[in-house]
Amino acid sequence: MSPTAPLPLAAATPFPGADYLIPALFLIFVATTVGGALLAVWAARIIRSVCGLALAALGLAGLYYFLNSPFLALMELLIYVGAVCVTIVFAVMLAEAEEPASEEKRSRSVLWTLAAALVAATVFWTAARLGVLGDWPTPAVSTRDWSVQAIGVSLLTTYSMAFEVISLVLLVAILGALAIARTGRHQA
Amino acid sequence: MNQLLQLHLQPAAYFVVAAFLLATGVFGLVHRRTLIGMLISGELIFAAASLNLMTVNRFFAPDPTVGQIFVLFIMGLAAAEVAIALSIVIAVYRNYSSIKTAELSHLKG
Repeated sequence: MSPTAPLPLAAATPFPGADYLIPALFLIFVATTVGGALLAVWAARIIRSVCGLALAALGLAGLYYFLNSPFLALMELLIYVGAVCVTIVFAVMLAEAEEPASEEKRSRSVLWTLAAALVAATVFWTAARLGVLGDWPTPAVSTRDWSVQAIGVSLLTTYSMAFEVISLVLLVAILGALAIARTGRHQA
Repeated sequence: MNQLLQLHLQPAAYFVVAAFLLATGVFGLVHRRTLIGMLISGELIFAAASLNLMTVNRFFAPDPTVGQIFVLFIMGLAAAEVAIALSIVIAVYRNYSSIKTAELSHLKG
């Protein structure tokens, strides 16, 4: 056999179950997002709820990867897991955020939870119905430029103004946070 | 079966996940009894909006960079919002020694 001949095995049979690999990965990411969101709103301890938010961000990053945007997947991990969740953990440590055992009557608390669940179910049903049954145009075959390079070029040309404004917003937010958290410190 | 295998290529799947995130966020906003819990629920709503925008961008938009940059800005705004909200939480905790939403009132009734 000549050394340039292609490997016959790889050409004939790909990895068994390779067709199921990508859908399974997609389902895992969806399950991570859904489970993280449920944990975030349902956990009794606030620190577990922060972990749920981090889990949901992890799943969302995977979904962004499926949506052709590895850049946003990375940003989601960096900003949400790396910055937002850590900041919330710091605030939890500074202000004891334990959710108290309800002093209200048990039945009344259950009633409020049921009402909240009803509202949430209505929102979910309406939005999901719009998404599934909506009159969307047929998805086009993607032949466009999804590279990070294209994002960088448009950030520096078309959207340079928005880019500057968002940096200004972040600066003002940091200064505002400092100003708000500082006042009253010397009195206490 | 074939449609199930192509689930990640259908916009409806992403729309349903985004709707679920929105619903859990709304549920958390109503259900939670501390400021930080409500803040986390708000983040879930942000995430739902981002996922929706990215889905539309991936499947229907003519220019693929628009949605990505928009979602990037949403993330930046969410980070700014968290910084402000947490500083408010800390200021409130200093004044009231509590961040339970039921106790944060001067007026009775």
